[in-house]
Amino acid sequence: MAPADTTTRVPLDGPVAGVPEAVARRPPVAAVGPIAWARANLFSSWISTAVTLLLAYLIARAAIAFAEWAVVNAIWQVPGNQTQACREVKGIGACWAVVTEKHRFILFGTYPYEEHWRPALVILIFVALYAVSAMRRFWRQELVLVWAGALTLIGILMWGGDSAPRLLPQPWEQLLALALLAGAGFAHVRGWINVAWPAAALVFALLAWAGPVLGLSYVPQERWGGLPITLILATFGLAFAFPLAILVALGRRSGLPAIKTLCVLYVELIRGVPLISLLFMASVMFPLFLPEGMNIDKLLRAQIAIILFAGAYLAEVVRGGLQALPRGQYEAADALGLTYWQKTGLIILPQALRLVIPPLVNTFIGFFKDTSLVLIIGIFDLLTAGKTAIVEPAWQGFGVEVYIFVGVIYFLFCFAMSKYSQNLEAELNRHRRR
Amino acid sequence: MRKAMLGSIRAWGAAILTLAGVAAAPPAALHAQQAPPAPTPAANTVEAIRARGTLVCGVNTGLAGFGAPDAQGRYRGFDVDFCRAVAAAMLGDPERVRFVGTTTQNRFTALQSGEVDLLSRNTTWTFSRDTALGFDFPAVTFYDGQGFMVRADSGVSRGSEIGGATVCVQPGTTTEQNLADWARANRIQVQPVVIERLEEVTGAFFAGRCDVFTTDVSGLAATRAAQGARAEQYRILPDVISKEPLGPAVRQGDPRFADIVRWVHYAMVAAEEFGITSQNVEQAARTDPRPEVQRLLGRTGDLGQMLGLPNDWAVKVIRAVGNYGESFQRNLGPIGIQRGPNRLWTEGGLQYAPPFR
Repeated sequence: MAPADTTTRVPLDGPVAGVPEAVARRPPVAAVGPIAWARANLFSSWISTAVTLLLAYLIARAAIAFAEWAVVNAIWQVPGNQTQACREVKGIGACWAVVTEKHRFILFGTYPYEEHWRPALVILIFVALYAVSAMRRFWRQELVLVWAGALTLIGILMWGGDSAPRLLPQPWEQLLALALLAGAGFAHVRGWINVAWPAAALVFALLAWAGPVLGLSYVPQERWGGLPITLILATFGLAFAFPLAILVALGRRSGLPAIKTLCVLYVELIRGVPLISLLFMASVMFPLFLPEGMNIDKLLRAQIAIILFAGAYLAEVVRGGLQALPRGQYEAADALGLTYWQKTGLIILPQALRLVIPPLVNTFIGFFKDTSLVLIIGIFDLLTAGKTAIVEPAWQGFGVEVYIFVGVIYFLFCFAMSKYSQNLEAELNRHRRR
Repeated sequence: MRKAMLGSIRAWGAAILTLAGVAAAPPAALHAQQAPPAPTPAANTVEAIRARGTLVCGVNTGLAGFGAPDAQGRYRGFDVDFCRAVAAAMLGDPERVRFVGTTTQNRFTALQSGEVDLLSRNTTWTFSRDTALGFDFPAVTFYDGQGFMVRADSGVSRGSEIGGATVCVQPGTTTEQNLADWARANRIQVQPVVIERLEEVTGAFFAGRCDVFTTDVSGLAATRAAQGARAEQYRILPDVISKEPLGPAVRQGDPRFADIVRWVHYAMVAAEEFGITSQNVEQAARTDPRPEVQRLLGRTGDLGQMLGLPNDWAVKVIRAVGNYGESFQRNLGPIGIQRGPNRLWTEGGLQYAPPFR
């Protein structure tokens, strides 16, 4: 990148051409600048002028009406569930009191009221995790550790209590964890590995056993709700679906017939049914096949359905990127004598994934919102919690306000994703810009 | 050297990540592994509940008055109270309940698969659910039925007068079917307007898009009461066109648990009949001279033991949630539902408890 920049800059700024430095003059206002732009685009003829004025009038009217409803005539608080004041201004002013009263329920669902700081912290951790992962300067091996650590912390915060038996339920798993920890320490003492790894492992282990020490009470999964559920479903869904999708996409282009058939079958079967029917299967049919008395967590079942579904869609997106690569790239990699995995990891995937950033992000955004379908199996995600907040008779009829509140939250996350992907795309595709 | 080190870092990284991955997948907990493995819940729900120390109760995710979380996220309602009552009887503590939100779609699977012990979710007791689906309905806690609501100024006072009217109705449940059956049986032409969501269907009715709104009478009353001062402008017709006996459901084949559920309800009804409330139950247990009250509250006899419970089980139930009338008034009174057919039999209603002896 750097050489390209200097070559373009030199002849313009430098004294190379020997041009005497001209006094910087301001460009004529009539040719550039906002006034000229407006004249050229909005008022070029009498028809455009008329349309511009009409639209400006309509927009202003709508904006003023909305502001009157949302701000001027709005009611922000009512004393203890007495919604009479709200009913009187219905249609004229918004009743934000429903959000004031219920925002904690909408955000955190049925999570114990006194413990709401825990899911609140979880939301912050998620946001911080996204922010860190978004910065290219953190794209290194240790980022995986950061994710593992953050997700462990989230599990501990949400469950609380003695988390270790829940995170690693079997005694042999706990023993294995201890053995790994000891092994990591030993490896470090012998100078084989960096100190960061055993240190991180020690921190996880301490955290997992620290629940009771920290004084966190146990909160069973069915009491979780609201925004953390949406973030958990979306983050885990996409984090697991993406690697799965890459494998499936590679498998679909594989020369081995068995693997290829398996991948084609998976993609076509999953894509052939709606997500809602997969969730139904996971929630209604699947438990009937299990031996009685064995219950796999409802959230986990929904999570697996979402991972499988997202995996199939993302696989097709990734496959599109693989197919867009010119044959020469594959042949060049082969000519260098790279193995299949080297070729894929070093040559093919970096280029293919860069090509498909827009459709990938499109799918990500779609799935972030699709997680709200879990409402049909009785999980309180953000949208379900919002809907439930208005079943109380006192608050019935104030759905618009709640939906606006929930919609703004969804919008913030989706818009951030979209903006970020635009930047990433611009940055990664710099070499293609002409 | 460096490459070897990188390799070992990778290997250790992978190992730790696998570990952390197992640890870090919050939704990935298997509930089966936390609870002590229950010996076939179908046959021994009582033992499973005792071993677990909590009752798992399937409730409505959001139906005003019957089961819905409040602003603090705590489940409240008439059906929810019943779960607390059963927990108080079996475990001595009304708070030892885990509430699992269920929808109309997944409620029966949740019960069949053992995900919940008890389904207390305004479920109608019907022939096919009792027989073919393999459930038992130990008691009817709420007698409901489908009715009609009209605008008061429409001049309609009986169901037979709504011929030619447009009727707002929700699809899917039996409501739509009942309306069609009733219209055909009475040779009345009505124009159904089918709208999926409750909020939209009531919105359509109050906006005047249809002349009549039909759903269960309890739902009509709640919708009407929510209108505040404008409630007077709407009238609920006296006709009730279907029978909807609502009550808790349990898995078939566990008579012991079904007995407990049944008699918890009857204890609450009997307590109302005897005038025993959450306030005076302690005193009544010590001093009430009536023999049946003494047996109910465990001062004499051993009715509790016959159920496999401590003898003061009914005292705990009533102290926790009150008698039937108290629970009704606390949950359904504020949303405008009248006792109606749910009055005691002594007052002309249908709530009737068999004798405690």
